[in-house]
Amino acid sequence: MLARTADNLYWLSRYIERAEYVARILEATHRVATLPVGYAGSTNEWESALATAGCAAAFFAVYNDANEENVTEFLAFSTANSSSIRHCFEIARTNARAVRTALTMEMWDAINGAWLEIKGFGAGPRRRDEVARFLRLVQESSLRFDGSAYRTMLRNDAYWFSRLGVFMERADNTARILDVKYHLLLPALEHVGGPLDYFQWATMLRSVSALTAYHWVYRESLKPWLIADLLILNDQMPRSLASCYENLARNLDQIARAYGRQGPAQRQARAIRARLENSRMDEIFQSGLHEFINEFVADNNRLGATIARQYLM
Amino acid sequence: MANVMTASLGGAALFVKPPLSAPAAFDEMRGGDGAVRPAYAELASWLDGISPEGLLQRRREAELLFRRIGITFAVHGEAEAQERLIPFDVVPRILSGAEWGMLARGLEQRVRALNLFLKDVYSQREILRAGIVPEDLIFRNPLFRPEMNGQKVPHDLYVLIAGIDIVRVDAETFYVLEDNARTPSGVSYMLENREIMLRLFPDLFSRHRVAPVENYPDELLATLKSVAPASASRDPTVVLLTPGVFNSAYYEHSFLADKLGVELVEGRDLLVRDEVVFMRTTEGLKRVDVVYRRVDDDFLDPLAFRPDSLLGVPGLMSAYAAGNVTLANAVGTGIADDKAVYSYMPQILKFYLGEAPILHNVPTYCCRDVEDLAYVLDHLPELVVKEVHGSGGYGMMIGPKADRETLAAFRAKLERQPHGFIAQPTLALSTCPTCVEDGLAPRHVDLRPFVLMGRDRVRIVPGGLTRVALGPGSLVVNSSQGGGTKDTWVLDG
Repeated sequence: MLARTADNLYWLSRYIERAEYVARILEATHRVATLPVGYAGSTNEWESALATAGCAAAFFAVYNDANEENVTEFLAFSTANSSSIRHCFEIARTNARAVRTALTMEMWDAINGAWLEIKGFGAGPRRRDEVARFLRLVQESSLRFDGSAYRTMLRNDAYWFSRLGVFMERADNTARILDVKYHLLLPALEHVGGPLDYFQWATMLRSVSALTAYHWVYRESLKPWLIADLLILNDQMPRSLASCYENLARNLDQIARAYGRQGPAQRQARAIRARLENSRMDEIFQSGLHEFINEFVADNNRLGATIARQYLM
Repeated sequence: MANVMTASLGGAALFVKPPLSAPAAFDEMRGGDGAVRPAYAELASWLDGISPEGLLQRRREAELLFRRIGITFAVHGEAEAQERLIPFDVVPRILSGAEWGMLARGLEQRVRALNLFLKDVYSQREILRAGIVPEDLIFRNPLFRPEMNGQKVPHDLYVLIAGIDIVRVDAETFYVLEDNARTPSGVSYMLENREIMLRLFPDLFSRHRVAPVENYPDELLATLKSVAPASASRDPTVVLLTPGVFNSAYYEHSFLADKLGVELVEGRDLLVRDEVVFMRTTEGLKRVDVVYRRVDDDFLDPLAFRPDSLLGVPGLMSAYAAGNVTLANAVGTGIADDKAVYSYMPQILKFYLGEAPILHNVPTYCCRDVEDLAYVLDHLPELVVKEVHGSGGYGMMIGPKADRETLAAFRAKLERQPHGFIAQPTLALSTCPTCVEDGLAPRHVDLRPFVLMGRDRVRIVPGGLTRVALGPGSLVVNSSQGGGTKDTWVLDG
C-alpha cells in the first residue's frame, strides 16, 4: 500500500475523531452554561472548553473574550482554526477524496454527505437550537463513518491504519482532558463534594461520552478517583487510555503480521500498554496524577512520530 | 459551467451545420425513405412501444443512477458535481457487427502506423529523408521531444492507448477526425454508460446481442503488463500516475486505477534511485515497472522538462532512458496527434505498411501547400479552418457561421502564416434518435473508440464513447456547449 494512502487513511480517521470530540466538548459546555451561576462555578466554562479542545492559545490570538458566541464560532465553524469541526471535516474529506479507492462506498457516502451538510451551516448559526442540531449532526456523522468502516472495510492494512488514526486521536483527546482537568480529580478536593463539583465532573465525563458508562461501571455517585480510573485504566471504557492502547497494540500487531516484520512502533505501543495494565489508581495518585499524565502525553506523541516514520512516509 | 468535457476529453473539435445546399445528414436509424436499418430494427420497435413520458421517466432514472453511482464516487463539490452531470441520452447508438469490423481493422491499421511513424521520427527519420513528411513539421513542432532522439523505448511501442475520433457521413463512410495519441480520456464514460444502461434496460439487452465493454480494464492491464521493460519481474508492477485531485479528469484516473487494481500514484509517491523507479509504500520502497501516466510530457520530470513542475518525478527520464521503466504512452507522441501531421496520415500509412487506409481522413487542405492555400482562400465561407496545434475547439473558424470580420481576420492570418492552419469542408455528421423534451429527434453524433496496442497484440473493446449534440440542428458535441453522451452498442454477428 502506498505510504501516502496509509497516511491519508490515518489522518482521515483522526480528523473525524477530533471533530466528534470537539462537538462533545461544545455540547457539554452548552449544557453547563445553561445552569444557574451558582452551579456552574466561578471559572469560565468557555475558557475551559477551549483548553480541553487544545485551542486556547489560537483562540486568544484572535479574540479577547471567551464567551458562548466566540467560542462556539471558533470551535465549530471557524475557517481560521485548524481544529474547528468544520475544518476537521474539510480536511477529512480532502484526504478521503485522495484515497477514494481505498474507502468503501459507504465510508465515502458518510463523509461526503456529512461535509455537504456541514458546509450548509456556513459561518455558523446564532440560535442555540441550530447549534445543537449541528453538534448532533457532527456526532452522528462520526458514528456513521466509524460504523461504515467497521462494517464494510476489508480487514487489511487500509483498515488497520484507519483504526490506528482513531485510537491515536482518542488517546490524545482523553489525555488532554485529563491534563486540563486533573486538578478536579485530585483527592484533596474530595471534601468539597458539592453541586459545583458534580457539574464539573459531569461535564468532563460528557465530553468523552462516559457519564452513563460511569454509572454502569461503578454504580456510585461521581467520585473523582473513580472518574480517573474510568478514563485511564478501565479497559471496558472505549475512550480510556487503557482501551485505546489495547487497540493500538492490536492493530499494530495485525500490520506487523501482514508485513512479516515487527518494528519500533509495535514495541513502543506494547510498552505503554503494559504500563497501563500494571498500574493501579492509588499508586498513580501517590506518585502524582499530573506527572503520570504528562508522561503519557509525551509517550503518546512519541508513538505517533514512530508510526509516521515507520509506515507513513 | 466550466468547459469540462473539453478539458477532460481533450482534442475533439466543433462541427457546424452544413450549408443549405449540402445533402441532409445521414440518419443511423432510418434511411431517407423512413425505413429502419437492420441494426436498429429491434430498438425501433421497442421505441415505438414506449411513450415520450415513459422515455423521459427512464432518463430521470438514469440521472438518479448517475448521481448515485457516479456522483458518490466522484463528487467533490458543486463545481465538480456539474462535471459529472454531462447529459446522458438513454437511446443507445448502434453499430452493426460488419460496420464495427471495418472500423476495428481501420483503427488497428492506423495505430500500427502511428507507432511505426513515431519510432522512425525518433530514430532513422526515413520518412523525412524520403520527403514524404516535411522536416519542419516535425522539428518546429512544440510537441516534438528532442530528448527522445535515438532513445530506445520498450518494444518500440509509443502509443499504447489511443483514442481515435471518428465521424460518419453516410452508410459507408467513416472519417477519422482526430488522433489522440497522448493521454486520451473518456473511457470511464464508456464503461459507466453501459452499466447504467444494463440496469435501466435489461429487457432491451435481452433482445440484442450487444458485445460487452466491461473487460476494457482487463485488456488495458494486459496491454500495460505486456510492455513492461525486459528487466521487470514476471509479474510487473503497474501504476497509474495522476496529476492529483485537482485535475479535471481525476475522477477517471481513480475510477480506472480502481478497476485495474493498481496504485493511483502522484509524483511525490515515486522516486528514482540508480535509474530505477520506486514507489513509497507502507512496506518500504517497491519497484515500479510500468507507469500509465495521465500527466503531460512537460510535467513528467522536472529535471528533464519544466523545472517548476511539482507533479512529476525527478529522474524519471533517466530511468526511462536506462530502459528500466515503460511509460504509457511514450514521451513525445504529441507529434502524432498534431493536425498538420494528421493531414499526412494517408502517406504515412502507405509508407510504413504499404497499405491503403481503411479509415479515411476528413479531406484536409494543408495551408502550407500553395495550391491548397489558394483553394482555401477562395472557399473560406464554406470551410472550417483550424490552427494546427489547437485543440478542444480553440483557435478555429467555422466559415458558414463566421461574420465578415472573422472571415477577414482569418484571411489575414492565413496569408501571413499559412503553416499554422489546415482547413476542412463542413461535414454533414450522421444523426441518431435522441431523447429530447418532446420525444425522439435526430441529433448529430461522433465516436471515440479506444485502441490498446500491446506487445503481443492490439486490443479494441467493441464500442467507444459516443458524444451527441443535444441542441436541435446543432453539431456541437462538446459538453460545455450542450453535448451529451450515449452508450455505444456493437451488435455481435
